Amino acid sequence: MESLVATLGHETAERGGVVMNNVVLYVEGLTVTFDGFKAVDSLNFYVDKNELRVVIGPNGAGKTTLLDLICGKTKASSGSIRFKERELTSMTEHDIVRAGVGRKFQTPSIYENLTVYQNLELSCSQNRGVLGALFRPLSPDYERRIEEVATQIGLASQLYEVAGLLSHGQKQWLEIGMLLIQDPELLLLDEPVAGMSPREREQTAALLKQIAANRSMIVIEHDMQFVEDIAHRVTVLHQGKILSEGVMGTVKNDPRVVEVYLGH
Amino acid sequence: MPTHTRFFQDRPYWISLLVLCGLLLVIFPLVFDLFRLNLIGKYLTYAFVAVGLVLCWGYGGILSLGQGVFFGLGGYLMAMFLKLEASDVITTAKQNTPGIPDFMDWNQLTALPWFWQPFYSLTFTLLSIPIVPVLVATLIGLAMFKRRVGGVYFAIITQALAAILSILIIGQQGLCGGINGITDLRTLKGWDINTDSAKYIFYFLNVALLVGVLIFSKFLLESKLGRLLVAIRDKEDRVRFSGYDVAHFKVFIFALAALFSALGGAMFTLQVGFISPSFVGIVPSIEMVIFCAVGGRFSLIGAVYGALLVNFAKTFLSESFPALWLYFIGALFMAVVLVFPNGLAGLVAQWEERGDWKAWLRRWGMKPRSVEASS
Repeated sequence: MESLVATLGHETAERGGVVMNNVVLYVEGLTVTFDGFKAVDSLNFYVDKNELRVVIGPNGAGKTTLLDLICGKTKASSGSIRFKERELTSMTEHDIVRAGVGRKFQTPSIYENLTVYQNLELSCSQNRGVLGALFRPLSPDYERRIEEVATQIGLASQLYEVAGLLSHGQKQWLEIGMLLIQDPELLLLDEPVAGMSPREREQTAALLKQIAANRSMIVIEHDMQFVEDIAHRVTVLHQGKILSEGVMGTVKNDPRVVEVYLGH
Repeated sequence: MPTHTRFFQDRPYWISLLVLCGLLLVIFPLVFDLFRLNLIGKYLTYAFVAVGLVLCWGYGGILSLGQGVFFGLGGYLMAMFLKLEASDVITTAKQNTPGIPDFMDWNQLTALPWFWQPFYSLTFTLLSIPIVPVLVATLIGLAMFKRRVGGVYFAIITQALAAILSILIIGQQGLCGGINGITDLRTLKGWDINTDSAKYIFYFLNVALLVGVLIFSKFLLESKLGRLLVAIRDKEDRVRFSGYDVAHFKVFIFALAALFSALGGAMFTLQVGFISPSFVGIVPSIEMVIFCAVGGRFSLIGAVYGALLVNFAKTFLSESFPALWLYFIGALFMAVVLVFPNGLAGLVAQWEERGDWKAWLRRWGMKPRSVEASS
């Protein structure tokens, strides 16, 4: 089974790859066990440079756990995660971020008591030490960058508003903006359009496509229309393993995927 | 908006600080006699702890129920120097072993313990007052925050530390004076610290230090670090996944609060003339949290008023109705939690927002400024 999954992964990588043979993220033999339950089970998973990968699957398939493992929130029981030749499984969360991996959580995770500007400011990679944060002012480059990103996420006119007063969709965008300021090479997004109106979904899809231009992204999503709209390739997880992988058209017609996830 | 230009923008803060300075530096010395002024000086040493708690607890979300440890460390370190100076061979000639502090002699010690030796030096003592508490807080902080111990668990551990240190001091009667503490302090480099002029000097030194602490704290809160503290309090994971080592920031703010407490403790010893374990243990540590909560845990200046008012009340009640004090502070704490969670500062802010102050000013024939213009 393991070898089957491995060959499947490689095979589809060749079939549907946007940029071939340019893998930035290698997940190999990854397993995590919670009280005997294998949430992710000897998983092999590869993401190319500048690829936008969507991970779908039924509840409890291990999608969020996979993102947690990559960003260091959960420690792997065994297996390896390599990102640009660095082993992430032994690194702390903040070092993983500094290595270029950004994580957006499922519920908007922003600082509600601070303004939009301050939220973005705290996400700048400058002055991450105690003394720098205390004594060094923000560089003009970053001030410009904050304004750019605020425009990109449509919050330029709300820069000095308290983030807690934003709408749900705007909060999601703000968190995406906070990640953009970090300029990660790999961006992990957990259900970015959950709870959004159809119009907000469209705007988010456009935003994600725009962002994806020069970085790799892994997006977890349930909305199949949205998935079809943005995905380069799709990975279907089921019970901690890969059920199917490839371009949307292939995956959608895979009988096993129809069986466990999409329904007849 | 870069940090440095924003520093003086919070006009209401600087106005309240000026008002506080006027009160402490002009009005109190004119209105109160030296005995009362000395008491106020004592209350103000608790304000150092309360201001530290505003940063650590109000903004950083780290509740420490063991600030008495650091207050006590500062106080004891200062007292050790003063005690050695008060225990010269001539003054203590009647002792079995002249030249050592009296309580050591009573406990059959015949030589000064090694860790007392460096406290003959004033320089060493003055350096140790900030350094030792910061080191202790850093070690505790690293041990706790690196392991992600937080919230209630951290509070309980700090409380245990307060209990441990006070029990240790009480138990080691020969080494640190036991339950009586270190008493009978007389001179500082030959200068009598119990004279009226010395008391005035210590009072003003105390106020000056406190104002310095308030200015630095405001600078800190206006910096990126201040906003990070709020961020860590509200969404620790988001901060971590923005590339910060959260533990470092928590250790820093905890150590800074410890430093402030130690300064207060040292000023306490100088003004009150002794230090004892009753300022170290669980009860004083919790009282210090109440000073902060009553003033308002998000307000630096409020914390000073909290320390002053609660201690005024404590002195008044213990003088008139000694049995009532504990009920009073219990009721006060419940009132803060249930009725005014943001303390006095919160009440003042509410009052300002409702615009009552405009009506109040008009009644006195003054023309109110608009809120927009002032902030």
